Amino acid sequence: MVVREKILDLVISCFKRHGAKGMDTPAFELKETLTEKYGEDSGLMYDLKDQGGELLSLRYDLTVPFARYLAMNKVKKMKRYHVGKVWRRESPTIVQGRYREFCQCDFDIAGQFDPMIPDAECLKIMCEILSGLQLGDFLIKVNDRRIVDGMFAVCGVPESKFRAICSSIDKLDKMAWKDVRHEMVVKKGLAPEVADRIGDYVQCHGGVSLVEQMFQDPRLSQNKQALEGLGDLKLLFEYLTLFGIADKISFDLSLARGLDYYTGVIYEAVLLQTPTQAGEEPLNVGSVAAGGR
Amino acid sequence: MAERAALEELVKLQGERVRGLKQQKASAELIEEEVAKLLKLKAQLGPDESKQKFVLKTPKGTRDYSPRQMAVREKVFDVIIRCFKRHGAEVIDTPVFELKETLMGKYGEDSKLIYDLKDQGGELLSLRYDLTVPFARYLAMNKLTNIKRYHIAKVYRRDNPAMTRGRYREFYQCDFDIAGNFDPMIPDAECLKIMCEILSSLQIGDFLVKVNDRRILDGMFAICGVSDSKFRTICSSVDKLDKVSWEEVKNEMVGEKGLAPEVADRIGDYVQQHGGVSLVEQLLQDPKLSQNKQALEGLGDLKLLFEYLTLFGIDDKISFDLSLARGLDYYTGVIYEAVLLQTPAQAGEEPLGVGSVAAGGRYDGLVGMFDPKGRKVPCVGLSIGVERIFSIVEQRLEALEEKIRTTETQVLVASAQKKLLEERLKLVSELWDAGIKAELLYKKNPKLLNQLQYCEEAGIPLVAIIGEQELKDGVIKLRSVTSREEVREVDVRREDLVEEIKRRTGQPLCIC
Repeated sequence: MVVREKILDLVISCFKRHGAKGMDTPAFELKETLTEKYGEDSGLMYDLKDQGGELLSLRYDLTVPFARYLAMNKVKKMKRYHVGKVWRRESPTIVQGRYREFCQCDFDIAGQFDPMIPDAECLKIMCEILSGLQLGDFLIKVNDRRIVDGMFAVCGVPESKFRAICSSIDKLDKMAWKDVRHEMVVKKGLAPEVADRIGDYVQCHGGVSLVEQMFQDPRLSQNKQALEGLGDLKLLFEYLTLFGIADKISFDLSLARGLDYYTGVIYEAVLLQTPTQAGEEPLNVGSVAAGGR
Repeated sequence: MAERAALEELVKLQGERVRGLKQQKASAELIEEEVAKLLKLKAQLGPDESKQKFVLKTPKGTRDYSPRQMAVREKVFDVIIRCFKRHGAEVIDTPVFELKETLMGKYGEDSKLIYDLKDQGGELLSLRYDLTVPFARYLAMNKLTNIKRYHIAKVYRRDNPAMTRGRYREFYQCDFDIAGNFDPMIPDAECLKIMCEILSSLQIGDFLVKVNDRRILDGMFAICGVSDSKFRTICSSVDKLDKVSWEEVKNEMVGEKGLAPEVADRIGDYVQQHGGVSLVEQLLQDPKLSQNKQALEGLGDLKLLFEYLTLFGIDDKISFDLSLARGLDYYTGVIYEAVLLQTPAQAGEEPLGVGSVAAGGRYDGLVGMFDPKGRKVPCVGLSIGVERIFSIVEQRLEALEEKIRTTETQVLVASAQKKLLEERLKLVSELWDAGIKAELLYKKNPKLLNQLQYCEEAGIPLVAIIGEQELKDGVIKLRSVTSREEVREVDVRREDLVEEIKRRTGQPLCIC
């Protein structure tokens, strides 16, 4: 608890430093509030027994309750943080820190604003917290749902398979490309040449120069969605440079993220293990923070 | 309308057919065919209206905490936690649910109020009803024989919230407990000292702590002639004396619970008594009560307790009250309950208790129920009813017209002209890196007036204004946002800004 208190203290002071208001919601929601928001992960929700009243489920994350709060109170703008436990009936592997009950620390900005400024602040906050916790070197991968979807389209993925292929690509941080390719072709029925085209893209990662490069890509630049995403990422990198954190950010085309509700920029922070030999790229040992629009 | 009803019926039947085929694992083509039929029928029905009727609410008996309520909650928890820490308590946390079997049989009549989780093929689980049983489980599981711990967390009870105002189904408890075999009454006295410290610091008005003992209650029932089997249920009735009159309680005991009227009267003679240590002395001399071994034990412990409470300087806040009965089954010794007092309307009248804000007692047998060898770990503790306190504190702040800030932002980074977003982003980043709490508006070219208004609404005390001319001169205008009439503005050199802001906000100059 002493360790937990120190960490939460640091996280919450960062949120407060950025002017966020605290908020809390009940541990459970009406089942109907949570249904259909989580895509493939819906089966992992804890339901409460039907004891004659409303049908309830334990909250799966803090984002859907936040959206419910905004709608319920007709709030148009809010910058809030929420630290609380969430529950998922996953296969727990306690060694990897994967529990069924665990604490999440969320920071969100709701409202109609000029593009990418709040998005940049979220990344700034992530960097401040991870640096402050002194866990070692870290990297934040950034991508955009529109770029992912645009890339699938130009590679020839049928629309009905988008989410399923997205799920597979998301595993690239844990599995090798050939295993992911195998899953897409054999288990999900993707044509091999389509898979190979995807492979050309998703193995790319870099700084703002990669964004410029993708703007020039003959296939991707034909896709309106992808261009929108790339334009926003370009602007984002400008702001991140002014915030002094551009060196911590990597535009990574393999980043896909599980949840259905992302519509724009997506990001994930990973801790880097120092390479044993000079010249090797640092390995990442797991995601410690994530988010998106 | 009848057409629609007929269509809906067809859709329902077709849906059942499809589900049936899927269950039987019929051929894929057959299922696809039937699904296509279903979709066609649904299309005829038109857009699904029920999908648009989305119920936006929190579950019954639960609520969100708005930023304002969080600010109040934080203040209150701060006071409470500081007190617990002052007394050397460690802190623990437990899961929100326990194995159903862990909670079964611990809460008596209240067990029906426990929330169960659905059987989804794994262990049978229930949401925790309080923090005490999880604590006992923790002690037994880790084979701990002594610990002084606090635990602040939400608990869940399927109460009927409509019936009692301010009674939620999900609510916070702040518990402090001392587990271990110690010399009598010292930890018990410390619990009462903590209760008094917290209630005084919160400044929610005058309060009184009623004290009694389970053994005195049981002894009293015995000598009045209550049969053993009726003990707990008569206890329940007597417990209502803080809310209903003696006549009503007597009626319930005689009319509903079958107690002989003369027995009820004898109980009445005792339970209407309350006082200080002199009442303890008096009862030690009581001809009937002094014949009962249990009651004597309880009285003896209370006498000792009063000695310690006097040394702690809080005996004037304590009242030995024979009507205090407390619902929960697991108390074995001293029990106590703190009530807020409403100032009497007329002088000479006794202050009315307007509701319990904290309670607790000794429970020596609970941990033993979990231990496979039945090893006992005596425990004593208290629980603060913070939900009531939250609303009282919020009301008090409103009455004082003290503005409750929901953020701690110290300075807003603003621009006086257009095309200064870059400069704002650079400056706000510098402030954050220096540990200063700062914000900026998420607009490329905000109007100065809007930025100032934002400060006023949020209570942000300072605004750092970037202007074209000032940029050339290497300064930032630092303005104090106290009121519209008095504009206190000063030019600060860019390199001195961080220090200047820290000085004005009383922050230490280095981030250690």
